[in-house]
Amino acid sequence: MEMNDKKLQVSAIKNGTVIDHIPANSLFKVINILGLDKIETQMTVGSNFESKKLGLKAIIKITDVFFIDDDINKIALVAPEAKLNIIKDYKVVEKKVVEVPDNIKGIAKCGNPKCITNHEGIIPKFTVVNKKKVAIKCHYCEKITDSEHMKIF
Amino acid sequence: MENNHLVSITDYSKEEIFKILDLAADFEKNPNQNLLDNKVIATLFFEPSTRTRLSFESAISRLGGKFIGFTDSSSSSVSKGESLKDTIMTVANYSDMIVMRHPIEGSARWASEVSRVPIVNAGDGANQHPTQTLLDLYSIRKTQGTLDNLNVYFVGDLKYGRTVHSLLQAMSMFNTTFNFISPEELKIPDEYKLFLDKKGLKYYEHRDFSDIISHADIIYMTRIQRERFSDPMEYEKTKNSYVLKNDMLENTKPNMKVLHPLPRVNEIHTNVDENKKAYYFTQALNGVYTRQAIITHILGLKK
Repeated sequence: MEMNDKKLQVSAIKNGTVIDHIPANSLFKVINILGLDKIETQMTVGSNFESKKLGLKAIIKITDVFFIDDDINKIALVAPEAKLNIIKDYKVVEKKVVEVPDNIKGIAKCGNPKCITNHEGIIPKFTVVNKKKVAIKCHYCEKITDSEHMKIF
Repeated sequence: MENNHLVSITDYSKEEIFKILDLAADFEKNPNQNLLDNKVIATLFFEPSTRTRLSFESAISRLGGKFIGFTDSSSSSVSKGESLKDTIMTVANYSDMIVMRHPIEGSARWASEVSRVPIVNAGDGANQHPTQTLLDLYSIRKTQGTLDNLNVYFVGDLKYGRTVHSLLQAMSMFNTTFNFISPEELKIPDEYKLFLDKKGLKYYEHRDFSDIISHADIIYMTRIQRERFSDPMEYEKTKNSYVLKNDMLENTKPNMKVLHPLPRVNEIHTNVDENKKAYYFTQALNGVYTRQAIITHILGLKK
């Protein structure tokens, strides 16, 4: 097999979703949030590509998987500039950008160690108080967690 | 009846705040009213707070109600490892309302989601203490005749002081001008400054506790605790710089009142106590009326 074929094999998918413009250090968080560690179709993951906007970016290509908007918007917390290309028959048929939701439930942990959600088995709930530089306010302890201190389940 | 809880001061609109303050004024005129006949109120203090607990129990007693509970978690099943949810769901079976103090932040909100009786938050860690805020508002309105357009000075620990944060949130509804006097290490957190910026309210920060207080309508003193300082030297240097003494009140406005959530240690010199501008002990008395108002309002016993 020639080099070119190998390259072709990893770079194009027939049907599926390409998630681009993920900050490289958020790659595994995105994988976690979308549960990509459990899918059974082909998936290609690339990381630490140079990006003018993000410094280093990552890209994920998943065969035969399409997301609903609510699911995909969950990654906005860690990859607010991510872009999705929906591929059908090797062609981009739709482009999507992620949108930071107004409320989130069960994705992030509250950054306050004294918060009840970190002490009893409670699903954390937040309202998003800043969508540009993502910051979330805990429904329980009312403390604000910014994207730097955000921990994803 | 749909449960209504009091977890955070932000749960209450301006109208509801006025409703509580008006009811409290009614209880001040007539404190002994048998409205809680046959009612049982649980006072669950997962951490000790003698003052707040006694104030609630006094309010319940003056309303003719009974109270059950514990005064710190070592005397409850919490020490056996019971979850908060289980404690609340159990005690809700024994009572018509639960008043709770808990060291963990957000515990009261969580309790309000699992309890079938109303929850009143009597302090959840560094987060909220809404009944304190309401009694502060009552004290301010009573002494100033209004809550609008006042000049409020907060002094001391503005970083960790939960009473400061909640009162700031509440007073932001009334076009207040804020002055924050604190050591650098305990200054008001940025999120509250951003909050005031968004509301378009004026605020000023000061490091020196000096004659700038001559413009104050209210001076709200707080305790500076040694354990809040990362550097013990810093504590030694600052501990005496934020002490209110009687001679400092000379040039203050005649309507000015000094408030303090208590307990006081040394941040208000005892020579202030006799000054007519000292209001902190009356403020504590107002706490009983305010809590009577809150309890009867939530239980729908007072229209």
